[in-house]
Amino acid sequence: MPAVGEILEGKDICICAGSGGVGKTTTSAAIATGMAARGLKVCVLTIDPAKRLADSLGLKELGNEARQVDPALFGQQGVEIKGELWAMMLDAKATFDELVARQAPDEEARDRVLNNRIYQQISSALAGSQEYMAMEKLFELHSEGRFDLLVLDTPPSRNALDFLDAPKRLTQFIEGRSLRVFMKPTGLAAKVAGRGASVALSVFKRIVGFDLLADLAEFFNAFSGMVDGFQARAKRVNSLLGDPHTCFLVVCGPQGEPVDEAVYFHRKLVEAKLPFGGVIVNKVHYPAEQLRGGGGDLEASLAEKLGDEDLAKRVADNFADYQALAERDARNIERLAKELRAQGVIRVPYLDEDVHDLAGLAEINRYLFATSEERIEIAAGRA
Amino acid sequence: MFAHTEVGFHEVEMEENLWSISIDPDESMREYVLLQLKVRAMRDMLFRSRIFNYLAAATPGLKELVTIGKIWELAQLDRKVKSGRKYDLVIVDAPATGHGIGFLQTPRTFAAIARVGPIHSQAQQLDRLITDQEHTGVAIVALPEEMPVNESATLERDLLDDVGVAVDRVYMNGIYPERFTNEEAEQLAGFADESDNGLRAAARAGLSEHNRARSQRAQLARLRRRVEAPVKTLPFLFEPDLGIEGARQLARKVG
Repeated sequence: MPAVGEILEGKDICICAGSGGVGKTTTSAAIATGMAARGLKVCVLTIDPAKRLADSLGLKELGNEARQVDPALFGQQGVEIKGELWAMMLDAKATFDELVARQAPDEEARDRVLNNRIYQQISSALAGSQEYMAMEKLFELHSEGRFDLLVLDTPPSRNALDFLDAPKRLTQFIEGRSLRVFMKPTGLAAKVAGRGASVALSVFKRIVGFDLLADLAEFFNAFSGMVDGFQARAKRVNSLLGDPHTCFLVVCGPQGEPVDEAVYFHRKLVEAKLPFGGVIVNKVHYPAEQLRGGGGDLEASLAEKLGDEDLAKRVADNFADYQALAERDARNIERLAKELRAQGVIRVPYLDEDVHDLAGLAEINRYLFATSEERIEIAAGRA
Repeated sequence: MFAHTEVGFHEVEMEENLWSISIDPDESMREYVLLQLKVRAMRDMLFRSRIFNYLAAATPGLKELVTIGKIWELAQLDRKVKSGRKYDLVIVDAPATGHGIGFLQTPRTFAAIARVGPIHSQAQQLDRLITDQEHTGVAIVALPEEMPVNESATLERDLLDDVGVAVDRVYMNGIYPERFTNEEAEQLAGFADESDNGLRAAARAGLSEHNRARSQRAQLARLRRRVEAPVKTLPFLFEPDLGIEGARQLARKVG
């Protein structure tokens, strides 16, 4: 079972993916910190506006430009950063605007798109546009070559496909091939395309109101000169994701549902021929049998040591509760390991204190960058 | 959680007086069109048409809008869906923070884009439903950790200021019981050098429980300071998998 350091050996890009609420942002920050500590110049990118990354790195706020994290802050936690750690929060809308500005043939064409209300909607709200812009920014930073490693904290997708399909879905929307035909003022194409289409169009007009269609028509017209540029760019972004120097890490929790999603995500990555690096399971209750030596009547031994039967019973009951959760986690992780043919499942234990600052990241890193034997030792309090 | 394994886009009775439905945006869109169009041939033609599906997928916010539309429909005493039941209360498991605010703002945004037509007035109607503080309210669910507490406080602010929906209550979910006193924890800490692995592990689990319970109470106090709505706690259940019994236990605490 390799540690994160080995998995990321020789990689330029690390994409942390997974559903929401599994500690993805924290994991991304911890990985970036660990790699920077090893001497690389690392930039961690997030798209989550909830300020999670900024909070955990001790930064007041993050913008669409990378900012360096003060190495002295890590020194205070006993972590020496041999390289550099940078962080930024992607602004999907601003990134999209920049992309339009770059692709537009002239200023007038650019402004027509930027001022269009449909564009303003999709650039901030269309499903997939955040995901796509995250990849776009990644592509841009990678092309500039300023960093040794880029770590991406992906937006919390409802499912894996939302992220992987984002470039395709967005370019399909922008192409609007099937739609643009019907937008022609003559409506001749609509007649040619058949009665079904024209009925559909007129019903749609009735449902959403004519303005919306006019706005859509204007949007596609304004965009028409840029479609080719967008397509070419999306193709290059896609091939960057599939590059052997890119690595996808799936982040999940130990409960049944997050594990199911991790299995599903892994399958999708393999199907899409994208480079899978491993799964990080957060908040794992460590299996009690790994922490236990001899058997015997625990409650009686406790009572003898503590000299308090009531306390001994409570300690034993609490231990049984903890073990039940540990056994559940072990079952789920075993299922996960089986599905992945035991490649790279990294377990991070459920720590007593919740992780939200540099001290917490340093603690998490002891597990992410340790071998599996070391991890058990740390969890057992022996290291 | 309940005995039913499949809950789809139809109302299923789970328990006495309790029904459940999983709202699928595509199905909601279909149902919406069915309710709008009375001519059967026209509907069939529409559903078969690729252009309609494209438009429906391409129109920003339309999926969210028809999803909220379905919630509205479920909450009506005069149901549009034939043989639809009348409910006293409709509970929505909303998308996670980040998605949440945008989701609830969809009707207003949509009403602004489509200035005319039936959907304009319907979107306004949905916005009125959301902001009707007499009948609609949000319950925020938080976890006793630093960032969820920060996000819940921000969420409450945004819901009140930007959406204009009432926030009735904040639930702090997964609170550990206080099983040990500080003195007892100190006793357990003395087991760190214990040679018997079983005893040491048991003591460590006790200490871990005590530490979490304590740090959670600090987060609970932070949450209470930072939100306006009353805060209620829900206990962490030491169950490997939450089933109907777990739901019943929590149900006794939510009131």
